[in-house]
Amino acid sequence: MRAVDARVRALESILVEKGYVDPAALDEIIETYQHRVGPRNGAHVVARAWTDPAYAERLAADATAAVAELGYGGRGGEHLAAVFNSAREHHLVVCTLCSCYPWPVLGLPPVWYKSPAYRSRAVLEPRAVLAEFGTVLDDDVAVRVHDSTSELRYLVVPQRPAGTDDWPADALAAIVSRDSMIGTRLVSV
Amino acid sequence: MNGAHDLGGAMGFGPVLGDGGEPEPEDVRFHAGWEPLVLALTLAAARPGGWSIDESRHARESLPPPLYLSLTYYEIWLAATENLLVAHGLVGADELAAGRSLRSGAPAPEPLDAAAAAEVLATGAPTGRPEPAPPRFGPGDRVRARVVHPRGHTRLPRYVRGRCGVVESRRGAHVLPDSRAHGNGEAPEQLYTVVFTGAELWGPDAEPTTTISVDAWESYLEHA
Repeated sequence: MRAVDARVRALESILVEKGYVDPAALDEIIETYQHRVGPRNGAHVVARAWTDPAYAERLAADATAAVAELGYGGRGGEHLAAVFNSAREHHLVVCTLCSCYPWPVLGLPPVWYKSPAYRSRAVLEPRAVLAEFGTVLDDDVAVRVHDSTSELRYLVVPQRPAGTDDWPADALAAIVSRDSMIGTRLVSV
Repeated sequence: MNGAHDLGGAMGFGPVLGDGGEPEPEDVRFHAGWEPLVLALTLAAARPGGWSIDESRHARESLPPPLYLSLTYYEIWLAATENLLVAHGLVGADELAAGRSLRSGAPAPEPLDAAAAAEVLATGAPTGRPEPAPPRFGPGDRVRARVVHPRGHTRLPRYVRGRCGVVESRRGAHVLPDSRAHGNGEAPEQLYTVVFTGAELWGPDAEPTTTISVDAWESYLEHA
């Protein structure tokens, strides 16, 4: 670990010394993904879709534009698609070839999403993977796995739990987890 | 290329959730102090380097399989960024070994300052392009993913090659990674979402009521 740390610091100093990168830009990139861009953005989108049927329709038709309405977009999410879970169909997102993920709405992917175990198994045995997350679906629920092989990035809109009809959007957003927007978990109250 | 990165359907990697069986909390974005710097250096180096996201991906998947599978995610990024910098003549292998700059830099665009970096992140680099030709396929068409084993970069996973699926939607024309990864231009093609049944991909042992889709460029597909 220490050896890698030294190697990274050395690379930084080489690139800065040669005038290839500005340290202030490095700080800006880190700050953006450490603190500004994360799954609360996606939860905001989901809560809006749950409470505004017209917005949900726009999200289904053109997710890139609908997400931009709420101020989100950019790198790693230039092209977005939203897929909606229902009582009959459950969506799960993976990138078997690398780690493609909808950055503007979910931030950087968690370690498990990038792991060889998830990337290999999500397409082969999605129900077994879901069970590891405690998600057990009825046999008659179809499972649809989206392998993110292009620059089109997928956001799962989970099902809204029963008993939340009178909840305001910000309270709904608070119960929408990162994993539910990848599809490995459901939203419950 | 048929590299170690093409993991769909591989076996033996164990459980998805390792220690403790719980995913990391949402506010944990990195797992070592050097990881954010690797992310930032990798993104920032693309400007002096002039390489595309496709070339970056190809650099990662070109790592020898035993190495690729033994490194952590950001270690893969670090190794690939170092390799790209050397291959493009921006940094010498001797400088990486020495851990310091040994000569002045090669000519390169002015580095982005903080505001310009923020703007680049907010804008991204869309890959949608005007359609170069009428689409060959449409929703509902039965198609087969071609049996191809390109030596270079491709986004057609091995586990669908030769398998039949149904076009679900057209996604417009997008930059072809197979071309741009090698500096051969954008060569945009129509992109399709193609759905395969579990049984078509995995045979009789497939989990029931499961479908898997990939996004496939037109040249990846033929009529079935």
